[in-house]
Amino acid sequence: MKATTKLWIGLLALVVLSPLGIVLPAKFGAESAWGEWSGEEIQKLVGYLPSGMSQLADLWKAPLPGYALRGQESAPLGALSLSYIASGVLGVAVVVGVSILLGKALARRESSDAS
Amino acid sequence: MHIPDGYLGPQTYGAAYLAAAPFWAIASQKLNKTLRSRQVPLLALGAAFSFVIMMFNVPIPGGTTGHAVGAVLIAVLLGPWAACIAVSVALIVQALLFGDGGITCIGANCLNMAVIMPFVGYGVYLLVSARSEVTSRRRWIGAAAGGYIGLNVAALSTAVMFGIQPALAHDAAGHALYAPYPLKIAVPAMAIEHLVVFGIVEAVATGLVVAYLQRADVSLLYRPPSRMERRSEAA
Repeated sequence: MKATTKLWIGLLALVVLSPLGIVLPAKFGAESAWGEWSGEEIQKLVGYLPSGMSQLADLWKAPLPGYALRGQESAPLGALSLSYIASGVLGVAVVVGVSILLGKALARRESSDAS
Repeated sequence: MHIPDGYLGPQTYGAAYLAAAPFWAIASQKLNKTLRSRQVPLLALGAAFSFVIMMFNVPIPGGTTGHAVGAVLIAVLLGPWAACIAVSVALIVQALLFGDGGITCIGANCLNMAVIMPFVGYGVYLLVSARSEVTSRRRWIGAAAGGYIGLNVAALSTAVMFGIQPALAHDAAGHALYAPYPLKIAVPAMAIEHLVVFGIVEAVATGLVVAYLQRADVSLLYRPPSRMERRSEAA
């Protein structure tokens, strides 16, 4: 098997394992990343919600916030894990699609590729 | 390390877009010269790897979370300019589809993770692995060191962006308008967690994949174009 094929398989394995990225933090009581708090968390941490922050925070409504379906962000961890994997699959598909289009547009054409 | 909307004021995120733009433009030109069309799937693989590895939030028990980025690994495989494009694609998709990182902060996040990180990390990789055989131990050690230092410099730059906000914009009561913590809190907080935990994760991930490729298919490791090749291209 080609090494690149193995790398793609490894990538898929990572997607399947990705819920570890939410299960482990929940298990170890780890909160948000530093500087990525929600409005409520900020309020609790510093005692006020910065006014500029509240104006900008909802500028963009991502369709799948936090790699979960909108409104499902606080579903049980099992259900959340499934949508995390689904988000991973979708994200990988979009990232691969965009990169291939972009790469094809940018890459150097070689005579050996012309066939 | 994905700065959300609202954490940076317009001066900062505007400046970050302006600073990132030339790198995107030059990267596009460089790829036109250096990326071979048969390497395009590898570019896509790199971008997808970066996307997925960032979903692995590593917990600090009772504290915060963080993650590896994969930018230096891509730089070792495809060169730093390709890494800039690949990680930018991952970051833009994360911001638009998943709200991971703000849309006002795409410039800032790309500057930190898709520009600073791959270039610093690749520089370290070159220093450590200089003139060594492509199968040499110095290659994966250099890649791991590059991942560690690259992620840490990116985290430091992110912390500085956070930390300058209270001084740049605050109201009469002294309340910050955007990210509330000053440099003296933001920098140590971000630096320590990345030095102690997340940098190690990045180093291990980067070193492991490079060591694997040294055994599996060494042709996948990037070799900068030699002077002769460059001359023939220019001709």
